[in-house]
Amino acid sequence: MKWDEFFVTGDPMIYGADVSIVLTMVGILFYLTKYKKWKWLWDEWLTTVDHKKLGIMYIVSAVLMLFRGGVDALLMRTQLAVPEAKFLDSQHYNEIFTTHGTIMIIFMAMPFLIGLINVVVPLQIGARDVAYPYLNAVSFWTFFIGAMLFNISFVIGGSPSAGWTSYMPLASNELSPGPGQNYYLLGLQIAGIGTLLTGINFLVTILKMRAPGMTLFRMPMFTWSSLVTMVIIIFAFPILTVALALMTFDRLFGSHFFTLQGAGMDMLWANLFWLWGHPEVYIVILPAFGMFSEIISTFSRKTLFGYKAMIWSMLLIAGYSFLVWVHHFFTMGSGALVNSVFSITTMAIGIPTGVKIFNWLFTMYRGKIQFTTPMLWSLGFIVNFVIGGVTGVMLAMAAADYQYHNTYFLVSHFHYVLIAGTVFACFAGLIYWYPKMFGYKLNERIGKWVFWVFTIGFNVCFFPQYFLGLDGMPRRVYTYSEESGWGPLNMVSTIGGFMMGIAFLILVYNMYYSFRYAKRETTGDAWDGRTLEWSTPTAMPPFYNFAKIPEVTGLDHFWRQKQAGKVEKLKAEDIKPIHMPSNSGVPFIMASFFFVAGFGMVFDWMWMAIAGIIGVFATLFYRSFEYDDGYYVSVEEVIETEKISK
Amino acid sequence: MMRRLKPFFTFGLLMAVFMLSGCSDMIVLDPKGPVGAEQRDLIMYSIWFMLFILLVVYALTAFIVYKYRDRKNHKGYDPDNEGSHLLETIWWIIPIIIVIALSIPTVKSIYSLEGPPEESKDQKPLVIHATSVNWKWVFSYPEQDIETVNYLHIPEDRPVLFKLTSADSMASFWVPQLGGQKYAMAGMETELYLQADEQGTYEGRNSNFTGEGFTNHTFDVLAMSDAEFDKWASETKADAPELSKGQYDKLMLPGHVKQMTFSSTHLDWVDHAKNPEYALDARERLGYEEKLPHSKAGKEEKKKREEEMKKLEESESHGDSHAH
Repeated sequence: MKWDEFFVTGDPMIYGADVSIVLTMVGILFYLTKYKKWKWLWDEWLTTVDHKKLGIMYIVSAVLMLFRGGVDALLMRTQLAVPEAKFLDSQHYNEIFTTHGTIMIIFMAMPFLIGLINVVVPLQIGARDVAYPYLNAVSFWTFFIGAMLFNISFVIGGSPSAGWTSYMPLASNELSPGPGQNYYLLGLQIAGIGTLLTGINFLVTILKMRAPGMTLFRMPMFTWSSLVTMVIIIFAFPILTVALALMTFDRLFGSHFFTLQGAGMDMLWANLFWLWGHPEVYIVILPAFGMFSEIISTFSRKTLFGYKAMIWSMLLIAGYSFLVWVHHFFTMGSGALVNSVFSITTMAIGIPTGVKIFNWLFTMYRGKIQFTTPMLWSLGFIVNFVIGGVTGVMLAMAAADYQYHNTYFLVSHFHYVLIAGTVFACFAGLIYWYPKMFGYKLNERIGKWVFWVFTIGFNVCFFPQYFLGLDGMPRRVYTYSEESGWGPLNMVSTIGGFMMGIAFLILVYNMYYSFRYAKRETTGDAWDGRTLEWSTPTAMPPFYNFAKIPEVTGLDHFWRQKQAGKVEKLKAEDIKPIHMPSNSGVPFIMASFFFVAGFGMVFDWMWMAIAGIIGVFATLFYRSFEYDDGYYVSVEEVIETEKISK
Repeated sequence: MMRRLKPFFTFGLLMAVFMLSGCSDMIVLDPKGPVGAEQRDLIMYSIWFMLFILLVVYALTAFIVYKYRDRKNHKGYDPDNEGSHLLETIWWIIPIIIVIALSIPTVKSIYSLEGPPEESKDQKPLVIHATSVNWKWVFSYPEQDIETVNYLHIPEDRPVLFKLTSADSMASFWVPQLGGQKYAMAGMETELYLQADEQGTYEGRNSNFTGEGFTNHTFDVLAMSDAEFDKWASETKADAPELSKGQYDKLMLPGHVKQMTFSSTHLDWVDHAKNPEYALDARERLGYEEKLPHSKAGKEEKKKREEEMKKLEESESHGDSHAH
């Protein structure tokens, strides 16, 4: 292999990225060494098994990925702002939209939500930890390493360029040679392990570790949505694992599952991909629905309207999510009957979703609505998500979809659903639970600026794209002609894109500003909340969450207690020694071996791949002979911790 | 409070203006044949439906948010209201009715689009094989025994049956003003009926991403009278050069070519719907190998490929066969 095939060369932007990566690395190493932070980093973060810290690391990684995916988006929008632009060439543009899509879905939206689930769900169900804390650390580190492996592709070896859907045979060796597509396969495969483990971990956590008295129908809505999401993950992710493995065999070992030669079936890839990919859409939207339920209820000072209907509609959506995947390729010529069936099942998803929208509206009805930033994001969600929803129903009408398919109409639709749903929820949830994670609120004034700039920018960016689609502009073209007449609306769209970028910067500034100046919380109940996570006496729950496990008597237990003036005070005699798991460096080391194995396979260096895999098995082997059952936190220490904070 | 809601109203108004003024200019909503017209009607039907739904949701949201905002002398607070079976039943039933109302015309259209348009059912459709190869379109007229590259002539008012396939990547055959698209896949054949009711030139393209040359993977459709079409077909048959196997193999290399015309078709020796390996074999015969796009070798190879395509165009132009 030659150097110019290993490092990406010939583009000043890439050289700029090379330099900035090296400088950042040097800066971090310098900071850690100078301020003697290595031990702190290792003890507090790299080896932690605390679900709250893992959650924070998920969220930090997701925000970084939001930045990376956002820069990709702005590069694309810059190229498309005017007809015949020469800012990016075709190959470069293709790589950027591929990484944008993959990163935003797999390495931004999902980890952001899983991060919030990690922080909140154990607290909401009154548990001290997740079912398998060590496994939780393995989940995080495999996700993180998968993301890093995928990310370095743009400076080493070249990024994948076959789209985030990687349709075969385009993604085969013959048409997409080199490491780019391998990065996609291995990055997703390694991160997928983490996601599947998270699915199992939280399913067990929610089913087995609820506080006494919390029956299934007393669980907070966010916990419910997480539970349903985990079930979808457990059914959907193995499909992705298999599909990616088959394509990896095609590319590395000469098998013919999806190739042009040897009777490969390219349609099979599309089917497997969307059999996972469609449920994936609900993996990133259901937790968002759960969050909006919590936030709307909290800031309307009212119980959620139609709690049971909310749960049933969610279960229905989860079931449907596996029955609609063909709508991603109505144009594959499956015939009238198949298209009709999948048209109707797809439209049917609109029914439970509509029910949820009306239940949210009626949660506010006869409430006392407070316009805090999380609430603004939730209201913005309702208003914008409905546009994504109705255009989704339009796309579901197969006969009409033949005209929308692969156009900007579709691009606009899924951004309306994913941004107004998932991204709004990530922002709303982050701001809502920020005091739980860091002990202070984000500044509300700056937060409202973020909301308005982002929401207006979002509509300015994506609304014109419906019209571009109806005017015949296909997705994924890197440029277009003057005569097409698509210039003005694209310019508008680009302006909107940059507004969203500015809003992101204001959000980051808000984090800095609030870190410096925000008033510190003194109780754990920053928003006058309803669910158990707000019931810890300290602003930030200690590592064992609850000194005494609460006993739940109904839905919105904490709120009812507060209303009745019967919030229990913690007494010293109630405290017993608390069993907690020990920290471990093994998950981090195991994930590092995954990186070695993945990198080796990306470049087809089998010696390196095998070394990495041996490393992975060695860590597994080590773990299975490790007899560390954790330790007990003494009563004195608990009393000390709870007292200090009072 | 009205200030808070203003953006929503402004936005709604803006949308309505957009919808009403812009519709007729957008090509999908300005079809030139019965297939596109049927799809336009279905789209417009759904748009009015959806605008109505949006209106209801927005009005309800605005009302509730305004009326129950937290303020002094707040009235009507009812914190323990947990739901209402009547209301919930209503909004389970209404969406079900809407879905039924949308499903019926959708299913009807899906079935009708599988065959030739209703208005020209008694006519024998013109059969054209459309083959996608990175990044060109090869059109074969088996009956007329002619072949064109990157352009099409079709008679107006007569259904055209496209038999779609691909020599390599999965492509999508789309002429928005004539009607919706369908995929062209190697080793498979899909069928699509289109028809033009007005003479003119329409842009067609591949709309499914196929890599580097995807953006310019386009073609022109020229709709003309029956007589003109027959004249063009017979002239082409008489004047255009024959397509040689060697020339066709070179067409299998990735790259763009201008429009080309031949007086024979490749269907005589290969049908990509039955032989998905042909293009790769041809590339191997020509000693072509895909290289890393950003490496030095990759850039050199791209240049070589472009020269190859130029030579190919020149070899064909000796026949002087461009009828338009």
